[in-house]
Amino acid sequence: MTSNSNLSNMRRLVEQLKLEASVERIKVTERLVSQAAAELQQYCLQNAAKDALLVGVPTGSNPFREPRSCAVV
Amino acid sequence: MSEWCICSVFALQKVSIIIVIFACVVCKYIIYLSEVQLNETLAHLKTESETLKSKLEEERAKLHDVELHQVAEKVEGLGQFVMKTRRTLKGHGNKVLCMDWCKDKRRIVSSSQDGKVIVWDAFTTNKEHAVTMPCTWVMACAYAPSGCAVACGGLDNKCSVYPLSLDKNENLAAKKKSVAMHTNYLSACSFTNSDMQILTSSGDGTCALWDVESGQLLQSFHGHAADVLCLDLAPSETGNTFVSGGCDKKANVWDMRSGQCIQSFETHESDINSVRYYPSGDAFASGSDDATCRLYDLRADREVAIYSKESIIFGVSSVDFSLSGRLLFGGYNDYTINVWDVLKGTRVSILFGHENRVSTLRVSPDGTAFCTGSWDHTLRIWA
Repeated sequence: MTSNSNLSNMRRLVEQLKLEASVERIKVTERLVSQAAAELQQYCLQNAAKDALLVGVPTGSNPFREPRSCAVV
Repeated sequence: MSEWCICSVFALQKVSIIIVIFACVVCKYIIYLSEVQLNETLAHLKTESETLKSKLEEERAKLHDVELHQVAEKVEGLGQFVMKTRRTLKGHGNKVLCMDWCKDKRRIVSSSQDGKVIVWDAFTTNKEHAVTMPCTWVMACAYAPSGCAVACGGLDNKCSVYPLSLDKNENLAAKKKSVAMHTNYLSACSFTNSDMQILTSSGDGTCALWDVESGQLLQSFHGHAADVLCLDLAPSETGNTFVSGGCDKKANVWDMRSGQCIQSFETHESDINSVRYYPSGDAFASGSDDATCRLYDLRADREVAIYSKESIIFGVSSVDFSLSGRLLFGGYNDYTINVWDVLKGTRVSILFGHENRVSTLRVSPDGTAFCTGSWDHTLRIWA
């Protein structure tokens, strides 16, 4: 019966929402977007030097950039 | 005597008919009452879910004090990028649907619409292995962490694992192991930290975790209201979670052990085709048919950035981050790749080369290059 399945769907939805609402909100400061954004930014800057696509590496060390050698068989 | 019997039989019949009618009336009344109760419960649940939703929105809004690009204003802008196609992998006979890198940063597995799964050496562009699947539209493929096996699946509703052998002449199809069984097409698959477990997502609206050796279902994840199109595992340091995106416009974050959906995000306006975790594991990006990519932060529990332009009207098929997370690469259905500055929200570069829509995009494990697969039958390595 569709009304029964609607009922069980609604029940499931409410349970899910209750679960999400109860997920522990630790401290307000930890969940501020400015705080989260600052941490994302910090991660980017800390790892920027290792990012080959960002800063580029000397042509020798990027195996894709160096010209392929043709082996004469 | 017999007359009396006949009379009493008739009387009994009449009484039984009356009893039956009375029972019907009572039944109907009970059904009516339960329907009324059902409707009342439904209405009650509806109002409860509405209040919970608005409460969640309120909580989220409280924490939204500033946008990501405002925080990143002081960061230096990025210069011009020179990224070109360095290798073109030709060999598929039809649309390339999916690809994955091996941990050795050199091998690639790709799958296509014609049922072929090919393992390439990206440095030399040689094909190392080729398998023909019994079905067409192999929409998902993945390399095992050890590099010794590949998993793939599609319209056959299954995910099969093929161990790769060093012997080039060996028939790989013979050693095939069927691991996952869904009731609709397989849209994505990924090995977890080991060769022993596979996570799959399917058009039947569920994701599932399987044991490779026994083929047993370890955990299933229900919650999407429509086909699940993509998934990504959290980087190993941050624990047992994964994110999935689906046709219901929702991106859900799941706990792998309990099977619970711990966070859900619904801001896209159309199907989510691709999700990818930020390298630190604290955020994830998604690409959708609504032509935007969005960044969601898991601790702030909300969307923190949208990557879009008015001139971009075609959907995003796949997204991936560069190693530091500063760049977000998106493969689009208008045959281009757009490179976004994650912090500032601006487009840094647009790459041309493919002759049909870009269907899959992955950055190599060490971040030196990224590979794209397209409906033009080729794969391209960019660096």
